[in-house]
Amino acid sequence: MRIAVVVFPGTNCERDTVRALTMLGAEAELVWHRETDLEGFHGVVLPGGFAHGDYLRTGAVARFSPVMTEVMRMAAAGAPVLGICNGFQILCEAGLLPGALIPNRDLAFICRHVEVEVTDTSTVLTATAIPGQRMRLPLNSYEGNWVDPSKTGRIVARYVDDPNGSQGRAAAVANEAGNVVGIMPHPERAMEALLGSEDGRVLLEGFTSSLASVP
Amino acid sequence: MRVTVNITRRPEISDPQGTTVKRALRDLGYSSVDDVRIDRTIHLEVEGDDPEAVRETVSDMCRRLLANPVLEDFEVVLG
Repeated sequence: MRIAVVVFPGTNCERDTVRALTMLGAEAELVWHRETDLEGFHGVVLPGGFAHGDYLRTGAVARFSPVMTEVMRMAAAGAPVLGICNGFQILCEAGLLPGALIPNRDLAFICRHVEVEVTDTSTVLTATAIPGQRMRLPLNSYEGNWVDPSKTGRIVARYVDDPNGSQGRAAAVANEAGNVVGIMPHPERAMEALLGSEDGRVLLEGFTSSLASVP
Repeated sequence: MRVTVNITRRPEISDPQGTTVKRALRDLGYSSVDDVRIDRTIHLEVEGDDPEAVRETVSDMCRRLLANPVLEDFEVVLG
């Protein structure tokens, strides 16, 4: 099962992401944002960072990178697509997820572990989690405050406290089909107890296990 | 042709930056300040002589890239 981990200029979590997915037995490969063909990949991850410098708005320029045409094609075909942090922002800008991410309520860059609770287990990210399962994940963002005026977003995991003002305390959001998910905290940085938490494993395991069920 | 684009966040969407600046102004004694919104202005130089064609092109740029339709409205000002 091959996963494309997309690298935009300014992406900085791609290696952690590849390492985490590889630990779980998946074949994860870095793909430059100018790639126009993702044939042969079963899933895509847009990792964290500051794609295209986050100029204009986070994700606004990245959504027009050539690779995004393929990401949209795969999302429409039902393949698992995951955006972590900046990747979540890009998926919203691309219209693959509802809503948008604006600066944190308190205008502070948040860099600490937060507790989140899984509220929906029928998505590619939460397929192997238990409803109500709590996990400790590192949050590392300035624009993590999700707003969805349409109120159609499907909240997959909520913050237990309210670190950034996100609507419905949303930490992770899915599209209607559940194959496209964005998450603001970093599961790929919570893979080993030695580094503070291994709670991210169950999420990325859900993602890698979902690859198998895609035709 | 010089074109100015004003991009404003819809009133129902919070503006944490504006709220912080409002608080600072009030701390400075400007108790008359009720609300502050900080928005974005983009200046463009665009080729073309037909104002309506330029307006349409720039509006298209706003819809596709310059503004986020989920949160923001835009206004195109020519000249």
